[in-house]
Amino acid sequence: MPIAQTNTRVALGLELLRTMVRIRSFEEAARAVHAKGEIPGVLHLSIGQEAVPAGVCAGLRRTDTIASTHRGHGHSIAKGADTAAMMAELYGRVGGTCRGKGGSMHIADFSIGMLGANGVVGGGIGIAVGAAQAAILLGDGRISACFFGDGAVNRGPFLEGLNWARIYDLPVLFVCEDNGFAAFTRPTETTGGPGAAERARSLGIPTFEVDGNDAFAVHEAASEAIARCRRGEGPAFLYAPTYRIDGHTIADRTPYRSEEEVRQRRANDPIAALNTALADRGVEAAAMAQLFTDADAEMARAIAFARTSPVPEPADALSDVQDAGAPA
Amino acid sequence: MSEMTLIAATQQGLAEEMRRDPRVWALGEDLARGGVFGQYAGFFEEFGARRIVSTPISEAMIMSAGLGAALAGTRPVLEMRIADFTLCAMDELVNQVAKVRYMFGGQARAPMVIRMPHGVARFSAAQHSQSLEAWLVHIPGLVVLAPATAADSKAMMKAAIRSDDPVIMLEPRAIWATTGAVPDGEIVAQIGAARIAQPGTDVTLVTWSMTVPIALEAAAKANSEGISTEVIDLRSLWPWDRQAVFDSVARTGRAVVAHEAVRVAGFGAEISATISEELGLPVLRVGAPRIPVPYAPQLENVYRVTADKILATLRQSVALRQKRV
Repeated sequence: MPIAQTNTRVALGLELLRTMVRIRSFEEAARAVHAKGEIPGVLHLSIGQEAVPAGVCAGLRRTDTIASTHRGHGHSIAKGADTAAMMAELYGRVGGTCRGKGGSMHIADFSIGMLGANGVVGGGIGIAVGAAQAAILLGDGRISACFFGDGAVNRGPFLEGLNWARIYDLPVLFVCEDNGFAAFTRPTETTGGPGAAERARSLGIPTFEVDGNDAFAVHEAASEAIARCRRGEGPAFLYAPTYRIDGHTIADRTPYRSEEEVRQRRANDPIAALNTALADRGVEAAAMAQLFTDADAEMARAIAFARTSPVPEPADALSDVQDAGAPA
Repeated sequence: MSEMTLIAATQQGLAEEMRRDPRVWALGEDLARGGVFGQYAGFFEEFGARRIVSTPISEAMIMSAGLGAALAGTRPVLEMRIADFTLCAMDELVNQVAKVRYMFGGQARAPMVIRMPHGVARFSAAQHSQSLEAWLVHIPGLVVLAPATAADSKAMMKAAIRSDDPVIMLEPRAIWATTGAVPDGEIVAQIGAARIAQPGTDVTLVTWSMTVPIALEAAAKANSEGISTEVIDLRSLWPWDRQAVFDSVARTGRAVVAHEAVRVAGFGAEISATISEELGLPVLRVGAPRIPVPYAPQLENVYRVTADKILATLRQSVALRQKRV
């Protein structure tokens, strides 16, 4: 490979790694302060799945839109959300992305096109589809990407949304992040037929299947899919199997799987894999270690910000409901 | 002034807004063919396929794609065909549309109009005849409008499109073809303002949508019996014009609420409770029995709120409270 190309590849790899390490560091930090009782609500962690948001969002522009899931910290960070505001949201503080009104499941940052995490499985699909339809109407050249899990493919909006995007040839990238579990249940128990990718193909949507733990592979496939969308060739579908290292929620002790299974899957950690791939390309260990150090320092600052951010006033509970009519 | 049907007035309001603002567009089943009731006739020809979008029968996607498009800078008008079919999109309406502004801390707006022709019409039976306004008013984040006249149909459609809130437009299918005077020129309703459809002094009759003409018929009969009835057309169910209702009831000393929906836990119960809390007066309600809407005309009549049923309740109201406050 020519040197210039190699350098580009290394630069991309380091960028992907940086995003993935920041996601991991954010969630590990959040888990730690949750254990201390500093975060009131529930957390759905995406540890082990970081390559998917990192690889997809690296191909998107700031103005493009994404819709996310209840397990959405990674998508927000990869799209460019501020981790201090995100952490403050987990704390339920005024400095949070949603001023403490949403919490982990509703993090959104419209300034970077992040149209919201979503507490309803499959709830983001139509939002991403509609955002793509608006982009066509406004002619602003934006595309949208929609993240959802393996559980969403059994919901009606999956069929409705994919069909809709196909018939209007909307610029939307569907990303099925199959982490092996729909809450406590394996998709093999609940999904008939050959699965998500074949369902997308059956609707005539170009479909890419990649190892969701290989950040380079995710990025490459996503970039090709995104290019299709930008060229006006309609929707694309990316199926990226990965593995949810943690439970469904932070409280889930995962009695439905063996410790041996988790041990084996940990050996396939996407961050470790990318580290190795970059080391093989001659990237110095110190350069990569610095990313971890930087991320940990960023999250320490995020926690410090969250802890000192004011708690909302009771009156804030009554604001931003709607313009017409005061809350009774 | 021009005399026109409610449906034509609504059409005029929508067309004017679409001409004024290129971000306004409409989506729903069969819109390019003029809509199921002809309420989009000529729109496809004028505005084209990108702004008059005929959709699959995918109610959940009509609602959530409409939301996504609203969040991304457009102002969609969603056609649900009939109110009953909105139930296929209830998650999208209740969990997403109504809540995005609040749960995202005010950074989002969902400027969308959700059109729902509702109520009993043409012997359509249990799944095509419901009045579900109480469900909708119950959801924080939604505006719920229910015009009963041609002028209001136009003015409220225009106000709904200009609102940054998600607005439910309950359209009275049974009286769509009736006519009324519509002022010429720009008319935009003030959301939340009731209208005194007929002044009176003995009893206040609060109603809305398709029940307004029935209430007026009942009031005419009551007046001929010496019961002077003030009919308030609420027009907007959320927010609703408490002051107009309180003022009227304070004058008459009596209140009756009439609506086509099932009486149990209907929106009349909220009005009744509010009057009771504020003025300490008993309120009588007229509404449907708690049954699905039946098909056979003889059975449907049991469900319907008629002028005679309202009249009987007006008489009861007067008998209950002979002395005014």
